[in-house]
Order: sequence, then C-alpha cells, then structure tokens
Amino acid sequence: MQAPILSVEKLGVRYGAVEAVRGIDLAVGQGEIVALLGANGAGKSSTLNAIVGLAPSTGQISFEGAPISGIATEALVRKGLTLTPEGRRIFGSLTVEENLTLGGIPLGKAQEKRRENLERMFALFPILAERRGQIAGTLSGGQQQMLAIARSLMMSPRLLLLDEPSLGLAPRIVDTIFEQVAELRASGITILLVEQNVAMSLEVADRAYVMASGEIVAQGTAEELSSSHLVEQAYLGHA
Amino acid sequence: MDFFLQQTINAVSLGGTYALLALGLAIIFSIMGMINFAHGELMTTTGYALMFAGLAGLPFVIAAPLAVAVAIGTAMLMERIAFRPVRKGSPATMLVTSFAVAVILQTLFQNLIATRSQPVILPDALAQSVAIGDLTIGVNQILSITITVIILVALNWFLKRTTLGIAMRAAAEDFSVARLMGVRANAVISGAFAISGALAGAAGVLWVAQRASVDPLMGFVPVLKAFIASILGGLGSLTGAVAGGFALGFIEIFLTAYLPEDWQPFKEALALGIVILLLLVRPNGLIPAFNIGREKV
Repeated sequence: MQAPILSVEKLGVRYGAVEAVRGIDLAVGQGEIVALLGANGAGKSSTLNAIVGLAPSTGQISFEGAPISGIATEALVRKGLTLTPEGRRIFGSLTVEENLTLGGIPLGKAQEKRRENLERMFALFPILAERRGQIAGTLSGGQQQMLAIARSLMMSPRLLLLDEPSLGLAPRIVDTIFEQVAELRASGITILLVEQNVAMSLEVADRAYVMASGEIVAQGTAEELSSSHLVEQAYLGHA
Repeated sequence: MDFFLQQTINAVSLGGTYALLALGLAIIFSIMGMINFAHGELMTTTGYALMFAGLAGLPFVIAAPLAVAVAIGTAMLMERIAFRPVRKGSPATMLVTSFAVAVILQTLFQNLIATRSQPVILPDALAQSVAIGDLTIGVNQILSITITVIILVALNWFLKRTTLGIAMRAAAEDFSVARLMGVRANAVISGAFAISGALAGAAGVLWVAQRASVDPLMGFVPVLKAFIASILGGLGSLTGAVAGGFALGFIEIFLTAYLPEDWQPFKEALALGIVILLLLVRPNGLIPAFNIGREKV
C-alpha cells in the first residue's frame, strides 16, 4: 500500500445505547480500491457516515495526512472526499442535470471545470446525457445509481466512499455498475467501497476489510480473502 | 357574467396575496420542517415601515421596496437570533420559538409604536379604479395581480436557474445529501428566510395598500389564512402553496359574492368546511410535497 490518503484510528460510532462501530482501524492508500465487507448491521455504513461527518464519532480520522474529525460535511467535501450514500438518495424532484449541477458545487467558481466534468459524466454514463432533462425520480434503479455516482464524481473527489452501489439492483445492472467502478480506477480516483456482494467486490478491489458487529474481523488483499474462508466465517458470525 | 368576471378579479387579487404568504411559509417549512408563525409579524413590520416612510415624506415607489427590504432584514435577523440556536431542536421547540418571536414582536409594536391602528399615507392613485367595459378594477388590484405574477415568475426562475435556488430545492428534499454536495446549511437557511421575508414584505405592501392602515396584530389573520392555504395546497410544496392560496382566495370571494344574506355570517365556517372537504378527497393537499414525511435538517 502507498501512503494512505485516508487513515482511521480507533473509530467508534454510537447511537444512544447502540455501539455500531467499536474502535476500528483502517487505511486506504492513494489510488487503491478498498472494499469494506460484512453482513447487514455490521457497522459499514456507520463507518462511512462517520468519515464524512454525517454520524457522530470518536477516534481519529485523517485525510491526506491532516486530521478531519469534527469538520462539517459541507466543508469536508470541498477538501476532496465525498460519499455516495446507500439507497442512492438522488434528488428525485430535480432533473438529472440539476442533480449533476449540485455535485459540482464544491468546485466553487471554477465554471470551466464544472462544464468539463459534466461532459465527462455524460461520456461515462451516456444514458444520463440522453435523460438530462428528465425528473430524476422517474429513472430506473440502475440509472439512479449511475446518477448518484456521477453526482459525486462531478466534484472531482480524490477519495470516493461508495455505499452499497448494488443494493436493490437486478444482477445485470449490478455487473454494469461494477464495471463502471473498475473503470473509475483508471481515472486515478481512490475508492472505499462498502458492499454486501462479496464476490464482485473482491473482483474489483485491491484489498478488503471484513466487519462483523462493529469490529474488523479480517483483512487482506482481495486474493487472500477470496481464497480463504475468513469472509464466510465473518458472515456466519464465528470469525 | 360581468358580476362573475368582477368577482374573479377580486379572487385572483386576494388569492395572490394568500399565495405569496403561503409560499413564504412553505419555503421555510420545506427546508426546516418548521411553521414560522412569526411570518405575520414580517407583514406587520412592512406595514410600519410603509407608515414611517410615508411620514418621512418618501414617495410610494421608494417606500414600498424599502419596506420589503426591511421585511427581508427582519426575517434574516429572526433566523440568526431566534431560529438558528434551536435548529437541531424538535419540531415542537421550533414551533413554540416562532410563537414566542411573534408575541415579542407584537408586544414591541404595541409598546414602541401604538396599540391602536395607525393610518398609512398612500398615493391617491391606489384608491382609484379603472373601468374596462362594465368591469371596475381597482388600481390596487391591478398592482396586486401584477406584483404577484412578477414575483411568482422571478421565484420560479431563481429556483430553477440559479445554483442557490437548485441547492434550496435539494435541501428541501434531503438535507444530509445536500450537505454532501457542499451545500452550506447556513447559506441555504438564511437564503430561505430572505426569500420568505421578501414574500411577506410584498404581501404586506399589498395588504396595506387595500386598507391604508396598520396595527400590531395585522399579520395574524392573513398568515392564519396562508397557513390554511399551504395545508390545502400540500404542506411544504411550493406549487401547492400557490395553488392553495388562489383556491382559498376563490372560495372566500365567491362565498361572499353568491351566499344569500342570511348565510353571510357563516361565510368563514363554510370556507373552512370546503377546505376540509377538499382535504378529505386529497389528504396530502392539492399538489403534495415530493418528500412527505422525510426527515428535515
């Protein structure tokens, strides 16, 4: 692993009496795709939300070497990391293009860059170009997922946290989404991917962490994890 | 037929004012999940600003925009001083805060200005009317309809064509995700209050232009009507607020015009009865908000 773009130490997330994440450590190197795997309720989404400041957390989080704990979400995204949330959460009453425009807000006054990124997104996801004037809530699930990813990419993030991009999508669409995630690597972007779809995640990822009950129970390169039973054990709850 | 047309013009004029007020309530509600009951006091503030501007001898064309500017400033101050500290509080906390702001402002008006109604100097032209065929249209009605149309068109342009406008619509739909787009909560909420202040200010000018007087409780009844209009239209829906405002204007004017003399005392009750019937048919309002029940800020 190269110098970490993101490093997380002793991260804890607690919602009232529920301890969703129990002091985990993880690091993501520049240019890597790292998967964070685990069953429903393992604490994966809470980890991502804590990193972008949408969930209250304890412990240290650093982005590009500087501590970011306690910085407001809207300020963090301007530093170059963002989250594509679980369940897509596109703005359903806005058009496709308006959704993408919003993604460009962190670029500030760089109009040229915004236009350039918009064209790049339309090239990457041609279906969105076709439907640029359509109300986003009327897109299919797969198209909405593409829009959610494109909206995040509009701000040219250096680190993208991607939460369950395959959730609720037909297998064929899931293949397309994963192909697009793999293509993103070529653009130099670093990705921390949260998924329940283990096999496909290990195909695109360099390394992976496995979470269960708020703790990291296994980690390693994608090959190591694919060929061992660590992941299965984590899912079955006796890792 | 002429009588009908005449009443339609009256209804559009009154409905337009309700629509502006309801829109002001809806913008704040859509983003913060709060009904701002101090919205009426923004209207009253506008009325007093017009009164003082008139006393100072300013012409109406300067006094009116100045009064709207005062309403915008007051709305933004209200947000900064009263609502920002309780933004993370429960909806009940925010609601009670808005009542408190309303009562504090009413008390200030009563103690610092006057408890009784004060005259507002207006240009004579406003009280005149124009005859078109058999129709008589008041100049203030023409003003009211024109201003309402201009504001609705301008607001629509702002919300669809500017980044801040799009960000406000996004924040109304899903505030957390809007923050993931780098949308600053303070900027959006402050902007929403500025717009709602402008809408209350415009409605205040139109309201005072019909009555030529202002009193400390002036804002209460129209904002109560606007609240009913925004529920009728679909709470939190901007298009709904406009539809609800015009619908309520039509219901009230046509009941006044066509109800037999004996029934007139029951006009308000009948108007609300019709609103309840409409809500029974469309429980989420005429044009429901997109994100009913979604969590706010």
